[in-house]
Amino acid sequence: MSKLTELTVADAISGLRKKEFSAVELTEDHINAVKDSQELNAYVVKTFDLARQRSILSDKKISSGEAGLLEGIPIAVKDLFCTKGVHSSACSKVLDGFQPPYESTVTQKLWDSGAVMLGKANMDEFAMGSSNSTSCYGPAINPWTPKETGEQRVPGGSSGGSAVAVAARAALAATGTDTGGSIRQPASFCGVVGLKPTYGRCSRWGIIAFASSLDQAGPITRSVKDAALMLNVMAGFDSKDSTSLDKNVPDYVKDLDQGVKGLRIGVPEEYRIDGMLPEITALWEQGIEWFKNAGGEIKEISLPHTKYALPTYYIIAPAEASSNLARYDGVRFGLRETGDDLIDMYSKSRAKGFGEEVKRRVMIGTYVLSAGYYDAYYLKAQRVRSRIAKDFKDAFNDVDVILTPTAPTGAFAVGEKTDDPISMYLNDVFTVPASLAGLPGISIPSGLSPEGMPLGLQLIGRPFDEVTILSAGRFLETAADFNCLPSDNIGRKKL
Amino acid sequence: MPIDKATVQRISRLARIHIDDNEIEVVAKELNGIINWVEQLKEVDTDSIEPMTSVVELKLPKRKDMVNDSADRQELLSNSPESEDGFFVVPKVVE
Repeated sequence: MSKLTELTVADAISGLRKKEFSAVELTEDHINAVKDSQELNAYVVKTFDLARQRSILSDKKISSGEAGLLEGIPIAVKDLFCTKGVHSSACSKVLDGFQPPYESTVTQKLWDSGAVMLGKANMDEFAMGSSNSTSCYGPAINPWTPKETGEQRVPGGSSGGSAVAVAARAALAATGTDTGGSIRQPASFCGVVGLKPTYGRCSRWGIIAFASSLDQAGPITRSVKDAALMLNVMAGFDSKDSTSLDKNVPDYVKDLDQGVKGLRIGVPEEYRIDGMLPEITALWEQGIEWFKNAGGEIKEISLPHTKYALPTYYIIAPAEASSNLARYDGVRFGLRETGDDLIDMYSKSRAKGFGEEVKRRVMIGTYVLSAGYYDAYYLKAQRVRSRIAKDFKDAFNDVDVILTPTAPTGAFAVGEKTDDPISMYLNDVFTVPASLAGLPGISIPSGLSPEGMPLGLQLIGRPFDEVTILSAGRFLETAADFNCLPSDNIGRKKL
Repeated sequence: MPIDKATVQRISRLARIHIDDNEIEVVAKELNGIINWVEQLKEVDTDSIEPMTSVVELKLPKRKDMVNDSADRQELLSNSPESEDGFFVVPKVVE
C-alpha cells in the first residue's frame, strides 16, 4: 500500500471504512509529514493534540457505524477561519493572541462531518496578496522548484499555506478563501485543485472579513472528486450569514463523470493578453484541444470589459476592507499601543499591527470612500462591476462553461514583485473578473512550464452551477493526467 | 498627482493609521501609482448602468424576532488588551 499521506480524500475515506488503516494512523502519518515539511512554513499554528484526540473519536465512530462524511480526514484550515479556542490571526500582528470564543460555520460543518484539524495554514495578511509574502509569520514556500536552479518559489496567495500543505502531502485537503483569486491562483502555482464556489454558496460567518461582497470559502485538494467531497460538507445556507443562499445543495460527487460531450465551452478573446507567455498560450490551446476531441463544442466568446476588472477590483476590495478592518482598534482584541488619547491609541495600534500592503489598501479604500471621491471612484467601480457581470451573463447564453488559464505565469521567485504593488496585482488578471461577478471557478493542474513548475487552467461556471465546472474539471484532470507530486522536494531537509 | 502630502495626512487621520512624517512622501507616491492606474475606469461608459449592489439576486432573509444564542460576556472580554468589571477599558475620553 502506498504511504497514507499520498492518498486522496476519497481513497482515505474508503480505506478507513474498510479498516485498512485507522484514523489514528492516518493522522499520525500526517503529523509527521507536517513536521518533515516544516521548512515550507505551511502551518502557523499546529494542533496535533487536538488532532490526535479527534482521530481516536473518529475510529470509535467508524467502528460504531456513526462515521460522518469526512470522518478521520486530516485537513489544514486557512488562518482566516475563526476556530474556537485556537489562535486565529489572519496572519496579522494586529490579531496576535486572538483566540476566538466561537467557531466559523464552515469549519464547524467540517468538524461535524468528522474532519480532523492538523493546524492553521499560512496566508497573506488578511488575505491581501498573491504570493503569501505579506504574512506576519514569513512566507510559505512552494514545494515545487524549477528543475535547473532549485530556486525557492512562492506558493501564490493568499491561501498559500493551504496549497503548500496539500501539495506537500502535509494534509489531505485544506480550506481556503478566495476574494480575487486566492484559492485558484495558489492552486495553480502548487499543482493542486482549487475551487471557489459561487458567492453565497458557503457561509462567510466566522471567516475574518476582507471584502464582504467578494469573499468566499472553498476547498484546496489533490483531485476534483476530493474538491466535490469537501464542498458537499462546506456548502449550505446559514442563518448567521444573510448573503448565504437558501438553496438546495446538490451532491457534487454524483455527476462528476457525466463527460463533456455536447458541452459548450467558451474561450474569451480578451483573455489573450499582450505579452502572454508562450507556455500559457500552449497550455490553453492544449486544453481547448482536449475538450474538442472529447466532443465538446468550442465557442469564441467576448467579455468586453475584462481589462477593467482589475482596476475595478482594486477600488471595491480596498473600500470594503477599509470598512471591515475598522474593527481593529486595540480595544476588544489584539494588539494595543499606548497613545496620548483614544484616537492616538487607535492610530498607533493600527500602524504597528498592520503590514505595509494592508495599510496601503486600507488607505486606498478610505480615500475612494471619502467625501468628494465616493462617486468618482467607488460608485464608478460599482457601475463597471455591473458591466463585467453583464458580460458573463450574456456569454452564458451561448456557453455552459468558460475555459481560461488560471494565472498569467507559473510561480515566481520568493521576494519578486514585492516592491511593485501593481505588478503583484496583475497576477489575478484571469481570476478577478469571475470574482466580481460572483461566479464559481476552479483551477485544475494541467501541465508544467518549461522550467518544470505547475500551471493551471481555470473553468468558470454559471451562478450555483458548481456541478458543471466540477464535471468539466474532472474531465480536464483526466485528460491532463497531471502527476501532482512535486518532483523531489517532499520531506527534504535542506531548502 | 491627485494625492499630495496634505491628502495623505487627511487619509491617515480618517483611516486611524499613524504615519511618520518622513514616510508621507513615499506613501503619497504609492497611493498615486494605484489611483492613476484605476483612473482608466473613466473610459467605460456607465451612463445608464446601475451600480452593482448585490452579487447574487436574493431576497433578504428574515428571521423571527426572537432572542437567540448570543455570546458570553466573559468570553468576549477574554481577548481584550484591558478590561475591568465587565467592560472594555479605553484611554480617558471625557474630563
